[in-house]
Amino acid sequence: MKNKIVSVQEAVSHIKDGCSIMIGGFLGCGTSELMMDAIVEKGVKALTIIGNDTAYVGVGAGKLVCAKLVKHVIATHIGTNKETGAQMTSGETEVTLVPQGSLAEKIRAAGMGLGAVITPTGVGTDVAIGKETMTIDGREYLVEPPVRADVAILKGSIVDKAGNVYYEGTSKNFQEVMAMAADTVIVEAEKLVEVGELDPNYVKTPAILVDYIIVGGDK
Amino acid sequence: MASAKEIIAYRVAQDLKDGDVINLGIGLPTMVANYIPEGVEVTIQSENGILGMDRVAKEGEELKDVINSGGQPVLVNPGACYFDSAMSFGIIRGGHVDVTVLGALQVDEKGNLASHVVPGKMVPGMGGAMDLVVGAKEVIIATTHTQKGVAKILKEITLPATAVKCVDKIVTELCVIKVTDQGLELTEIAPGVTAEEVQAQTEATLIVSENLKTMAVPAE
Repeated sequence: MKNKIVSVQEAVSHIKDGCSIMIGGFLGCGTSELMMDAIVEKGVKALTIIGNDTAYVGVGAGKLVCAKLVKHVIATHIGTNKETGAQMTSGETEVTLVPQGSLAEKIRAAGMGLGAVITPTGVGTDVAIGKETMTIDGREYLVEPPVRADVAILKGSIVDKAGNVYYEGTSKNFQEVMAMAADTVIVEAEKLVEVGELDPNYVKTPAILVDYIIVGGDK
Repeated sequence: MASAKEIIAYRVAQDLKDGDVINLGIGLPTMVANYIPEGVEVTIQSENGILGMDRVAKEGEELKDVINSGGQPVLVNPGACYFDSAMSFGIIRGGHVDVTVLGALQVDEKGNLASHVVPGKMVPGMGGAMDLVVGAKEVIIATTHTQKGVAKILKEITLPATAVKCVDKIVTELCVIKVTDQGLELTEIAPGVTAEEVQAQTEATLIVSENLKTMAVPAE
């Protein structure tokens, strides 16, 4: 079995200037704070970050925005982090707002080999600007292209050493689709267990999708 | 006396039916949960991945990794379940939510809704709102009738749309309005308020229902 367990330093070596990162989490719930801190420490520049939100000042993806490492935010909501709004207003950071369900589907499409998703969400709104529309059975839909990333950073509640992941409660959010839509997938294991200790019934992200595991929690 | 928000939340709750799956927006819509009539059991969906959400957790009660879509730690009811965002919005877009209750900045005669952005002033993002109003079977707007005297119920929205032709009903502290193909039908007015008074605070033209009723309000 390939050893996927790496140090935080090694994991962060995969985050390079200008790369795109999917960050699992919803207002910080399910975000790898270890990786966020390591990226800030490394000082990588001009990142594109993709996720539900930019959490809060000093929390989750918000740490990257506050450290001015981000050139483009693709998110559904930025209202909880005033720094993101300020950088958007000043023109420092580009912000693309995407409906939450559409973002999940755009990421899912990328991960599942689909050319686009066709959704009624956003028809007749600013979201539709520049997008192709289709009429199916008399109803209008938007054609939403897939979204991929260079790296996905996830946090699992229980991860086995092969990389199978279980997410507790509402920490699932975007993580399952993100695990399929990035070239490199890094998972922080809140609790790391031996292969065989995680019941296959509870696995939400299959090990084959995970490239690197960093050990979080109490170690 | 009940506040405007309490009156609105109470009235919206009276429309809920036993067995409904509902999603409540942040702010005023959340208060609807406080007034669900006796004998009516609803399942509350939270778009970050819960069906069967209960109330906000008190300090010390928090569950591990369980929050609502506003980021507050919450409790869940027996029989609740958690799922990821793709499933959550599949439930929403796929028509498996009976009622969504949201606030509004503006709403118009065609049922167009503006609820998520004031260009140059407030640009937080739409979150799940665009999917909710497109996907839920019934869209109820719970809002104060005006914004400090400035009309919110308009002939045509002027702010960017959250969705077009999506609103079914508008509940304010003054009245209940049904969105129909003919326009906005005034179906209920609060005790002590006249239809003329409601019209005076509404830019859109209201069609007064032949069966105009008095709106149910919370008991003193």
